[in-house]
Amino acid sequence: MSTLFRKIRYLDDSAQNLIEGEVLVQGGVIADLGQNLGRPDGAAIVEAEGAILSPGLVDMRASLGEPGYEYRETIASAAAAAAAGGITSIAVLPESAPPIDDPALVHLIISRGVETGSVSLIPYAAATRGLNGEELAEYGLLKAAGAVAFTDGGKAIASSRLMRLALSYASGFGMRIVQHPEDAELARGGAATTGGRATWMGLPGIPAAAEAICVARDIRLAELTGGAVHFAHATTGEALGLIRIAKDKGLKVTCDTAPPYFDLNETAIGDYRTYAKLSPPLRTEADRRAVVAALADGTIDAIASDHQPRDADDKRLPFADAAPGGAGLVTLLGITLAQVQSGHLTMPQALALLTKKPAAWLGLEAGVLARGRPADLCLFHPERSWQVVAGKLPGKAQNTPFDGRAIEGLVLGTWKAGRRVFG
Amino acid sequence: MATLKHLLGIEGLNPVTVTALLDLAESYALLNRSGKTQRDLLRGRTLINLFFEDSTRTRTSFELAGRRLGADVVNMSVSTSSVTKGETLLDTAATLNAMNCDLLVVRHNRSGAPALLAQKVDAAVINAGDGTHEHPTQALLDALTIRRHKGRISGLTVAICGDITHSRVARSNILLLTMMGNFVRLIGPPTLIPGGIEASGVTVYHDMEEGLKGADIVMMLRLQKERMTGGMVPSSREFFAYYGLDRKKLAMAKPDALVMHPGPMNRGVEIDSEVADDPTRSVIKEQVEMGVAVRMAVLDTLARGGKQ
Repeated sequence: MSTLFRKIRYLDDSAQNLIEGEVLVQGGVIADLGQNLGRPDGAAIVEAEGAILSPGLVDMRASLGEPGYEYRETIASAAAAAAAGGITSIAVLPESAPPIDDPALVHLIISRGVETGSVSLIPYAAATRGLNGEELAEYGLLKAAGAVAFTDGGKAIASSRLMRLALSYASGFGMRIVQHPEDAELARGGAATTGGRATWMGLPGIPAAAEAICVARDIRLAELTGGAVHFAHATTGEALGLIRIAKDKGLKVTCDTAPPYFDLNETAIGDYRTYAKLSPPLRTEADRRAVVAALADGTIDAIASDHQPRDADDKRLPFADAAPGGAGLVTLLGITLAQVQSGHLTMPQALALLTKKPAAWLGLEAGVLARGRPADLCLFHPERSWQVVAGKLPGKAQNTPFDGRAIEGLVLGTWKAGRRVFG
Repeated sequence: MATLKHLLGIEGLNPVTVTALLDLAESYALLNRSGKTQRDLLRGRTLINLFFEDSTRTRTSFELAGRRLGADVVNMSVSTSSVTKGETLLDTAATLNAMNCDLLVVRHNRSGAPALLAQKVDAAVINAGDGTHEHPTQALLDALTIRRHKGRISGLTVAICGDITHSRVARSNILLLTMMGNFVRLIGPPTLIPGGIEASGVTVYHDMEEGLKGADIVMMLRLQKERMTGGMVPSSREFFAYYGLDRKKLAMAKPDALVMHPGPMNRGVEIDSEVADDPTRSVIKEQVEMGVAVRMAVLDTLARGGKQ
């Protein structure tokens, strides 16, 4: 089975310029790319003037609900949403029930991904047994089973001693610890970022400093141990400033953020909109701008969907009781492209943050358009628009913080290993 | 004039609406004193008092207000321990719709719970206090009490003292008083002053005597015992020493300054009995009386579809 993409644009070898040309897919890999490739016998033709053919998106962090929370999302429903969003690889958080803290469970996630036929699932394993924050999980055995890094998901590794041990022990296997950067004590019971908005809504706050304090501590521990730390969903200018300095010093520090943190600010929770209740919480406008700046200057290594499926019963509660988290698979590309339209990122920058960079971080072959690479592809039109409507999104989880939002950037088709899985 | 479908907070009201509500409440206050209330205005209407948090005085005040206007009043108390699940809150909403309730008075320990109910019920919802968010009828009754004594509800210096962070009464009062053009001061220890509050045009004091200087109104707040166990205040005696209203501190305010408290009082914690019971200064009992009048005005206005 072969497919010839014609009249499309793609990033050239330097990944700096969009060029018009053709891409030929054969046997599940990219066979050739360039001009006037000629049509092999039996090849399907895909033409899409004005559209961009990008590597399939690599989402470096999502929760899929399965096993244990199938009422929120299943791997099959998440795969459908991912395909509609142009995503062909997902690094999956271990916060399922049971949590992914055992090699057998790591195998389970990988094979469930293979079963979907449309998305590769790359499991994170628990940093601590049962995500309890008390004792280390079996990093060596988990790595051998296929775990990509260790994290307690949406729970910070709170104890300094344990974080030191985790960084140190993981470094022996050349593995990273992914931290939810939040001082657990300062954040306890909080529902919104501390400040005027939370005060007037009568909501318990989480100070922005809770993020910076955790980041500062863990950078210091990474330095102490020689370990590698990755900060998930960085949201504040202060924390990003610390990460920038740590990177300049050559420490093994990386970070990502998610679309809500560069597209929305705390005002989105007005009228107690629980779909905009996230963890970490949406921050101030100044912090949102700092996240945009850190995307542009390379401080942030990748954009993740931060997909956290929740169902209506998790969300139709008084704000403080509602479960935090937003659905993010299908909006990952469009919300990121808004930063291109507003001129804060170039198209190559935006695509790199969604493909090449997270793929490199995860050690995947995907994420690059080059001969011999897997034909995981996303074809999208950057100027065609659609509207986000909670309740009508692909997949099961409908808890999008972007409800009602008009998005420019429509996915026309998604291919996994050369096979069309969407569009 | 803007119509009012629900009363979820002072936020969103304007000075015209507030003044109209106070004028109507004033007339009810006079009628209540004369004993000649219109008992048929809300005849055939159902008022449900839905209290997820214990409050005898607020519930009784709404109950009296409803009965004086001729409404059928039903009290539903739901213990908070059995209602931490929101399904129950929305199930309750469905039940209330089935009962054709016209006016729903809600108290809940979570901020935003009445707003959530208002999206789901057909009745007009009145927030009777939600978490640490708002308590609009308390701010209205405080405003009415002030206006009756000072002849105006603008240009006054009002000191609100105590636990601002956890007080819905403080939030509603700050919103109402600043909207009407008063000078609001907040007095309390830094651990009980919420972040970002100064942007609303208030002035914050940590020295109570300084903050009370020249005040027309001294509004005390109740200090919950949990604040001490939560470590925000070391002890009630220390709190009283620095932030309790006694005669000495009150002397810093204007000689005719009024002393107010939303009740129930912690005597010897935030207020000294000598001040609380001084009939020349304390209007605490009158606040309770005005509470009924203000709630009658709110029920009346909402029952008419918010047309004033």
